[in-house]
Amino acid sequence: MKENQIGLQTADTQTAAKQTNPLVRFVDKLYELFDNRKIRFSVIAVAVAVLLYLPMRTNMYFMEVMTNVWFYVVMCLGLNIIVGFAGLLSLGYAAFFAVGAYTTGILILRYGMSFWLTLPISALMAVIAGLAIGTPTLKLRSDYLAIVTLGFGEMTRLAARNMAITGRATGLVGISRPYFFGLHLYKINHYYYAFLALAIIAIFISYRLMDSRLGRAWKCIREDEDAAEAMGINVVAIRLYAFILGSVFGALAGSFMAIKMTAISPDSFLFTQSVNILLAVVLGGMGKIPGVILGAFVMVIFPEVFRGIGQYRMLIFGLVLLILMIYRPQGLWPERSGGGPIEEKTCKDEVI
Amino acid sequence: MALLDIKDLTLRFGGIVPVNKVSFYIEEGSIESLIGPNGAGKTSLFNCLTGFYKAQEGDILFQGQSVMKLKPHKITELGMARTFQNLRLFKNLTVMENIMSGMHCRTSAGLAGAVFRPPAQKAEEKKIKEVAIECLDFVGILDKKDRIAKNLPYGDQRRVEWARALATQPKLLLLDEPAAGLNYDEKMQLVELIRRIRDELKITVFLIEHDMGLVMKVSERIFVIDYGMKIAEGTVQEVQNNPRVIEAYLGKEEDKVV
Repeated sequence: MKENQIGLQTADTQTAAKQTNPLVRFVDKLYELFDNRKIRFSVIAVAVAVLLYLPMRTNMYFMEVMTNVWFYVVMCLGLNIIVGFAGLLSLGYAAFFAVGAYTTGILILRYGMSFWLTLPISALMAVIAGLAIGTPTLKLRSDYLAIVTLGFGEMTRLAARNMAITGRATGLVGISRPYFFGLHLYKINHYYYAFLALAIIAIFISYRLMDSRLGRAWKCIREDEDAAEAMGINVVAIRLYAFILGSVFGALAGSFMAIKMTAISPDSFLFTQSVNILLAVVLGGMGKIPGVILGAFVMVIFPEVFRGIGQYRMLIFGLVLLILMIYRPQGLWPERSGGGPIEEKTCKDEVI
Repeated sequence: MALLDIKDLTLRFGGIVPVNKVSFYIEEGSIESLIGPNGAGKTSLFNCLTGFYKAQEGDILFQGQSVMKLKPHKITELGMARTFQNLRLFKNLTVMENIMSGMHCRTSAGLAGAVFRPPAQKAEEKKIKEVAIECLDFVGILDKKDRIAKNLPYGDQRRVEWARALATQPKLLLLDEPAAGLNYDEKMQLVELIRRIRDELKITVFLIEHDMGLVMKVSERIFVIDYGMKIAEGTVQEVQNNPRVIEAYLGKEEDKVV
């Protein structure tokens, strides 16, 4: 008993030491402020106003970067359902992005279909692909899923590279841009708003899911799959649900990307793309929606800010990541900041 | 009518037979216990009943329906809930979220319900919260509902597990060593609670327990297994005086001399 007590105390002092880091403490304070309803709503209102106003003031380059940010936000929130909510490791997320982009590209280019009609088909294709990989692997532990999704990511890219319908290595070029209620979407500003809208929808759905029967079931499975099963949660089916839903997010983002770029090639869907999205989710804070959004921002903006130093920026980025992971392994904006030290103390007293 | 009827149940792991031709039945509305020395196969038997292990032979009838081939979540849905020997809480979720998980199999909202929140889904959410609060109140930790499960003292974590199992609204509650790690006061409260679960909630209770004092106090019938086989069953008195039970726990007379 005595030893136990000493062990617990050292663990306590360690967490205390971490919390005295002034920068970390300051950031945590900010997050706590954000938890206040009034403050949160005013911050969001200001942010939305600025975001809507931006296109009228800034240059093309900035708009391009911001559009990319929203695109990343959608992808990251999609992956967050899989990785953050359900706790499944997917290393081939870019494949679903590819499924969406190619579905839309092929349907527009080869069959002259309207862009808006390709969206449900793109989602359907993601469901089929998700079912095909998910059904056999989700019965196993999460590690297998990582390997299978890694393989699937590469397979998709190589298939796209070699099939006639996907335009082989050159990909699809000259995808026509759609009309939105008579408005021809061709300027970067249009796409900025399109992706912003998509991101807002993704954020909304993510929040609603998190606080629902499904969201709770995902979190339970992530915490302890056997206990979840014992509570009457169909672990395989609910996991599959998360996997497919996340994939649909990716595919729809891909569809929009196809019309924004007007050209897609297999090289847009490299393994590094999957890793970057995963990195943004982990960096921001798995399972925490504002964290994931923050992660997406950092992942897109960081390389742009340090464009001036060329090749070295990845080196610096690596260093920053390393430091972050040492001081904040749960991500920039973690799901829960450990429950607080006061509770732990009372708990310790009562146990012994 | 027997709520749970186990017939010649046999579980094999290669050459090892943790459960060997075990048969017994549990009356509806009773409190019954399963005891046996360490490694006798008690938890393996529980795992067979709840679908975590698939027994090779025999049959398990729950309310007259075979549950041998069913998955654990289906069995829970039918009304058999369990707790774990080593706490298996959702550690990083709040107490409330832990309990709400128990209502998963009694509700049905899917993606559309989550995103659009129609009246049916709202009513369902309300119902889930009500049941969760009732269960927390029943085990006496309602005041701790917003705390993170892992930060609670051990005794309260046990209560969270019981409440979570109750939230699945079972007909039969399987408790795997519920008193492990509890102090004397907490054990007395547990005895009280088990009786209240049966009397107030009309849930049949079947428990595995090492604490003989508790088992003798609470059970109406006891089954004893050793080396995977049932060696005795009956009332507290009958079991206490059964020579085979004494042998299993204390060894034979000759051994004691050595």
